[in-house]
Amino acid sequence: MQRKKECVAMLLAGGQGSRLYALTNNIAKPAVAFGAKYRIIDFPLSNCINSGIDTVGVLTQYMPLELNEYIGNGQPWDLDRTFGGVHILSPYQAKKKSSWYEGTANAIYQNISFMRKYNPDYVLILSGDHIYKMDYAQMLRAHKATGADCTIAAIEVPMKEASRFGILNCREDGSIYEFEEKPKQPKSNLASMGIYIFTAEKLFRYLEADDQNPDSSKDFGKDVLPAMLNAGERMFSYRFSGYWKDVGTIDSLWESNMDLLGEDPNFDVSDSSWKIHSRNPLAPPEYIGGNASVHNSMIALGCEIEGTVNHSVLAANVVIEEGAVVEDSVLMSGTVVKRGAHVSYSIVDENVVIEENATVGETKGKGVGIAVLGRNITVAANVTVNGGKILDKDYRGE
Amino acid sequence: MAHSAVGVIFSNIHDDDVAELSRHRTMASIPFGGRYRLIDFALSNMVNSGITTVGIVTKNNYQSLIDHLGSGKDWDLARKDGGIILLPPYSDETDAPYTTRLEALMSITGFLNHRNEDYVVISDCDGIARVDINDILRTHEERGADITMVYHEESEPVRSSYFITLQPDETGRIRGLQISPKLKVGTNYNLYVNIMVMSREFLINTIQDAVTRGLSSFGRDILTKHVDTLKLYGYRFNGYFATMDSLQTYYKHSMELLSKPVRDELFGARDIYTKVRDSAPSKYGENAKVVNSLISDGCVIEGEVENCILFRGVNVGKGSVVKNSVIMQDTVIGSNVVLDCVITDKNVVIRDKRHLAGCDVLPYFVGKGRML
Repeated sequence: MQRKKECVAMLLAGGQGSRLYALTNNIAKPAVAFGAKYRIIDFPLSNCINSGIDTVGVLTQYMPLELNEYIGNGQPWDLDRTFGGVHILSPYQAKKKSSWYEGTANAIYQNISFMRKYNPDYVLILSGDHIYKMDYAQMLRAHKATGADCTIAAIEVPMKEASRFGILNCREDGSIYEFEEKPKQPKSNLASMGIYIFTAEKLFRYLEADDQNPDSSKDFGKDVLPAMLNAGERMFSYRFSGYWKDVGTIDSLWESNMDLLGEDPNFDVSDSSWKIHSRNPLAPPEYIGGNASVHNSMIALGCEIEGTVNHSVLAANVVIEEGAVVEDSVLMSGTVVKRGAHVSYSIVDENVVIEENATVGETKGKGVGIAVLGRNITVAANVTVNGGKILDKDYRGE
Repeated sequence: MAHSAVGVIFSNIHDDDVAELSRHRTMASIPFGGRYRLIDFALSNMVNSGITTVGIVTKNNYQSLIDHLGSGKDWDLARKDGGIILLPPYSDETDAPYTTRLEALMSITGFLNHRNEDYVVISDCDGIARVDINDILRTHEERGADITMVYHEESEPVRSSYFITLQPDETGRIRGLQISPKLKVGTNYNLYVNIMVMSREFLINTIQDAVTRGLSSFGRDILTKHVDTLKLYGYRFNGYFATMDSLQTYYKHSMELLSKPVRDELFGARDIYTKVRDSAPSKYGENAKVVNSLISDGCVIEGEVENCILFRGVNVGKGSVVKNSVIMQDTVIGSNVVLDCVITDKNVVIRDKRHLAGCDVLPYFVGKGRML
């Protein structure tokens, strides 16, 4: 008998994430750091392994080096397997033609042979830009129970925001009768989460047809799903009610980090029944110094804190010197805030140096946006980086 | 690589010295420094010196050690050739399991014979230090030594039940060697820190000779007896070295990690490896007050913590004040608790409003899994 996997996951990780500006200059969005020790991709990967899905193809295209290195052989997620496991799928040169991934559907189409190797009954399509915990096994059970050809995970969003999403209009039994992509006048507030389960052979058939269609933009939401619906395939929504956040913008990335804080946080990463796995930093415990003051914050290993940290998320090996103040901010690993410097309402990428008495960002609530500092840059002593400013080069003042 | 060496780590020797912490585990797996076990330092020193094969000699209570080491991947020692090789006690009708270091070495001759490295680095787990093993091997080779023993100058008498002091001359040649001598307070002496180097061939020959002559003690029958005839050399280690020889020194050395120079020396290079647990980062609450403390991942702190080492997954409840204490993995401290000079082993629960105190020379110890 041929060895098989019941369900194979395909994770779309090729997006540029241009709305994260300096944070994705050199890395793909799924590799962006989150929550002091994680990267965005840790969430779908951990969801997979926690749901019993051990075969994951990760489709990369934009700036994949760091993401590839991070995923490695998949061992941190227990996805280093002799049959299955995690595989990086980058665009490749074929005998007849070679091309970049032209859209989400085309990316999956180009890897049909990868999926077929596992002879799957179902294919789970994921994206690498959301923070959430979800049991895909439960969704798969729903897919089987309804006898659907395609099941789309959906979440209720506030009506006034519904026009930002792909909206599913459903009958009472959950079956979908209409898609509306970012409708001006939404009929419902049930938004697609970009998580699909397909019955494998149906998916392959529609992907092959889509590839032959010269008018198609090769996108799941715009082309493949409407084509299936028009052909009368059984399509169902699967309602999800937990925490789910698209971290594709500076504001939502900041908010999602802050959602980890507080006594009863909006999003809990410490739940031992649904562990979020990641590559762990090689660092000693964090040291909180004699004059330090740390409140309502999350701090990762290897940090050395001598200053004040309030309502912030600090990744590994961050140094906050004496007299420095960090508030309402997200600092990624290796960043140094020197004596007397002040950082408010900011996202600071890896290995940034903020020299003495510099000021970065403005107090939250003043109506100015989040200041963003790209990786490896230095902010000179005594200068001010205004709120809302985005820097990707060393800064010595205006 | 300049030298090829195989490592041998003794996980159980000195167990009795810190009996409180080794009741349920080997010396090697005693937790230290918030997220480490003692063996992590010996292993990391070997790995960082390019050693890729380490035999670990075990005798008793080694379940926690096996759990800690796993496949060895966290030390980059999950290898096809070599890696971590556990050497559990061996016995048959004629031989009982070993009781001395020499007998333990006799029982691992099979392992030693099958390797092809030139040198053997033998280390115990009672010491915390960052040691450059390549430099020891280089010195050993230059001097043409039979055995090189690493020592550290100490001023306070050691409390171990068994230890060796060395008297090297100006060339490093060891001229005198005493086993567990009486030490005078205030007199400096050279303590052998239980790390030695010799060629694999020399070790195998020494073991074979000991078997035929029925010897049983490495220190007494080989080192002291042949101090004049063997080329025994001392290697002076000048860095930070902490020997765990009692609960009191365990406490003292734990507190020394709060000093920046010690932390920088041990951890500055970020190359001490340990088992990964995938804990969430630690959370500091609205009313938390943390001062001069090392906090590991997975902690949730709502109260006050001062001069402490908190291991992974420790909870400190509201209104609690924890000072001068070492709180091990997954200890739960309720609310309005007061702790001063306390060591809690793993999985301890301290209920609300309890007050516990020891003093720096006699820390109050709470055993593994206790609920107070």
